[in-house]
Amino acid sequence: MEWETVIGLEIHAQLATRSKIFSGSSTAFGAAPNTQANLVDLGYPGVLPVLNHEAVRMAVRFGLATGGTVARRSVFARKNYFYPDLPKGYQISQYELPVVQSGSLEIVLEDGTLKRVGITRAHLEEDAGKSLHEDFHGLSGIDLNRAGTPLLEIVSEPDMRSAKEAVAYMKKIHTLVRYLEICDGNMQEGSFRCDANVSVRPKGRKEFGTRAEIKNLNSFRFVERAINYEVGRQIDLIEGGGKVMQETRLYDPDRGETRSMRSKEEANDYRYFPDPDLLPLVIDEALIEAVRATLPELPDEKAARFVADHGLSAYDAGVLTASRELAGYYESVVTDLGGQHKLSANWVMGELSGALNRDGLEVAQSRVAAPTLAGLLARIGDDTISGKIAKEVFEAMWAEGKGADEIIDARGLRKITDTSAIEKAIDDVMAKSPQQLADYRSGKDKLFGFFVGQVMKATQGKANPAQLNELLKRKLSG
Amino acid sequence: MSLHTLTVAELAAGLRARRFSSLDLTLHFLGRIERLAPALNAFVTVTADHALADARAADELLARGEGGPLTGVPIAHKDIFCTDGVLTTCGSRMLSNFVAPYDATVVERWKASGTVLLGKTNMDEFAMGSSNETSWYGPVRNPWDPVRVPGGSSGGSAAAVAACLAPAASGTDTGGSIRQPAALTNLTGLKPTYGRVSRYGMIAFASSLDQAGVLTRSAEDAALFLTAMAGFDPRDSTSVDAPVPDYLAELSRPLKGLRVGVIREFFDKGLDVRVSQLVQDAIEALRAEGATVREVSLPALPLSVPTYYVVAPAECSSNLSRFDGVRFGHRCEAPRDLLDLYKRSRGEGFGDEVKRRIMTGTYVLSAGYYDAYYLKAQQVRQVIAADFARAFRDVDVVIGPTAPTPAFELGSKTSDPITMYLNDIYTIGANLAGLPAISVPCGFVQEGGRDLPVGLQLVGPHFAESLLLSVSHQYQQLTDWHRRLPEGYA
Repeated sequence: MEWETVIGLEIHAQLATRSKIFSGSSTAFGAAPNTQANLVDLGYPGVLPVLNHEAVRMAVRFGLATGGTVARRSVFARKNYFYPDLPKGYQISQYELPVVQSGSLEIVLEDGTLKRVGITRAHLEEDAGKSLHEDFHGLSGIDLNRAGTPLLEIVSEPDMRSAKEAVAYMKKIHTLVRYLEICDGNMQEGSFRCDANVSVRPKGRKEFGTRAEIKNLNSFRFVERAINYEVGRQIDLIEGGGKVMQETRLYDPDRGETRSMRSKEEANDYRYFPDPDLLPLVIDEALIEAVRATLPELPDEKAARFVADHGLSAYDAGVLTASRELAGYYESVVTDLGGQHKLSANWVMGELSGALNRDGLEVAQSRVAAPTLAGLLARIGDDTISGKIAKEVFEAMWAEGKGADEIIDARGLRKITDTSAIEKAIDDVMAKSPQQLADYRSGKDKLFGFFVGQVMKATQGKANPAQLNELLKRKLSG
Repeated sequence: MSLHTLTVAELAAGLRARRFSSLDLTLHFLGRIERLAPALNAFVTVTADHALADARAADELLARGEGGPLTGVPIAHKDIFCTDGVLTTCGSRMLSNFVAPYDATVVERWKASGTVLLGKTNMDEFAMGSSNETSWYGPVRNPWDPVRVPGGSSGGSAAAVAACLAPAASGTDTGGSIRQPAALTNLTGLKPTYGRVSRYGMIAFASSLDQAGVLTRSAEDAALFLTAMAGFDPRDSTSVDAPVPDYLAELSRPLKGLRVGVIREFFDKGLDVRVSQLVQDAIEALRAEGATVREVSLPALPLSVPTYYVVAPAECSSNLSRFDGVRFGHRCEAPRDLLDLYKRSRGEGFGDEVKRRIMTGTYVLSAGYYDAYYLKAQQVRQVIAADFARAFRDVDVVIGPTAPTPAFELGSKTSDPITMYLNDIYTIGANLAGLPAISVPCGFVQEGGRDLPVGLQLVGPHFAESLLLSVSHQYQQLTDWHRRLPEGYA
């Protein structure tokens, strides 16, 4: 039987506010345990939550950027359950009336077509603390620094049909929240993570199959692997005559498999009800317009502009705009050069990105700044050096932190444009290769490339290719 | 006249005239507390050192001619208000070891007004009760008759002020917990509009109903304290950012022209006829001073008790989840695992009435029951609020009894929670609608050779505290019920 996979994601993006969503404690990562938890975060008797309006503005940014409806009135609700890292015994979240409703975005599929993925809702909530089970023999440690950190939970429609689509969607959201500067996107620190709802159904059937929810996936690779494993498990189960149970599962990255965490029967009844300590969140038109006025150019708009105005391919535009910083770098290079879009794009996506990846650096930490790269590309443009030599120059710039001209001059890498010097090199090569010369002259045209290569080798690649071609053709034909 | 029988207004005048010092006053009250409080079980904690330090500081201010009307006045706080460095038990074993690390806004504001903290008063556990019999620290007795309850949940505050162990005490009112004890102990008890006084630092029972207020021996005293405690607090999102009027200045407003609505539904078969008669007499006294009186009907009001006993337990079931034995409060001995820690810490820490309400609240919020109970109750609440709003189109205040009977005997209702809950039948409506309400003494009935006080209740529109206080004050100019003191405590 042919099966179809159905996937919906719940992404948790930690909002980049300086203080927590309901208290004044800092949200900075990495402090000593429990040093960033005040009485409100600790759930002390008598304390009350006060909403951080910066978190609201960030949620509005997200809503506007995904074409969603920003609720004029939304409600904070309590999700009740007991756990030691949940100090109040309930999490303040949004339930029936979330702050953002029904947005969407487009992802690019492997065949290059676009697919719309619906966003059911996005709501504000507080994070719980952390339980540390490893370091205390037979005991668990509790770190409440994270308790009360603002999260935006972004819930998609079950619109994705493969693990690759799910990853493309998650990457798109990841790009977007960083463009919007509402989340640092740091997946190692848990600032951006997701739960995946996965089910399968016979191809062509309308009803969804029973789903399993895979919790807390914190890398794109894990999302892809966990979904693929889970899809295989469900299909095997059904084909073996079994039934998929509705349950929560955990992905074990070491073994590459998912395993059951709790069944539907064991699931908590969270007893949601509106939090009486907080008034309904009212967002007026003025706030929405004020936020709208500060929205940056979004990745899709930017990519469309790169295609229309810069003549880039949709693929290149997509790669460049995947990060706001990379797109900014590219635009800066182009501005300095006054054009050369395709050349600039190739270099930013190629040499620059390669070097950054190799050294594990962010765009902002690049050892070659955009104007410096523009200086190098200008030397290709004015024919001072070839593209091949430019790569060598780039590596030297990266290693030594110097400008292109300085390196070109110091290493004598300028193209040889002196006709007599090139002719001399050609004569030497012809003298050393009588057999090849004879073959060429008897009709083996393909050997032309051999002579180009030999002359380039002799001139360390500096011979002006156009001149070389012309001179070589004349000399070889005798 | 003894110092302890004076009202706060009279004490303030004496302090400013240097007829006595705050230290004299404080020592006098501490002496009375030492002698008389144990039999009443009115205090959980007496903060003598605290009080003496506060008094000395107040005297320095007064000597320089500084300070306000409450500077140097001794007071007590209900043990539901977090008090920095002081045991704050909420009447529960669960918090029997809890020393609060901060001051509630009410505590902070009273302190800033120069009051002297005598101690923390006993109360029903987590404010759940109408007789002060659910306290882990034992029941409080009524100074008017020690075999009777003082009402609850602010029973310790009521007994302390009624017995002249403190000139005034704070209270909280979720379903009548200030007004009903005030009625049963011959005090003036004010529950302000929801949002008028900050709830920050007040240990939550039912957050959408809880409101801090004060128990005093006159409406004028209540005005003094409301002035000190009212106003917006950025730490409480439900506190209202509205200007605080000069409650004292508005006390002199005459009764002439006041439109009084008598709530028909309150004079029903559950009401003691003697109480009914005293309330009718009080209404006549207002009419004689030029008020116009008419009957008003609030048809949904009889639904108050069932509505309240869905909403309040629902909120309490969630509010009390933080008491889990992990970070503060009672923790069981040698827990085997996490579940055992939760079960035994909570099982041992909470009393029966608290458990009953947590279970009720958990049930009404459960999947499949939420719509039928919690949602329905919230809808009825809107209807009750609309009934009040309609009444206030025709009248300025509505009036009726505070409690259906005078103080009842200890133990007489503890076995039947429903009978106990019906004691709040006249007070709960104001909480559900978020309205300000006050109970003032309006006479006595005799039982077993004892005088038992009866309270008259006034309810006004949102933020009409000024009006309630002025009507009460004017009534107290016509009568002296509020100046009567229980035998043995005068």
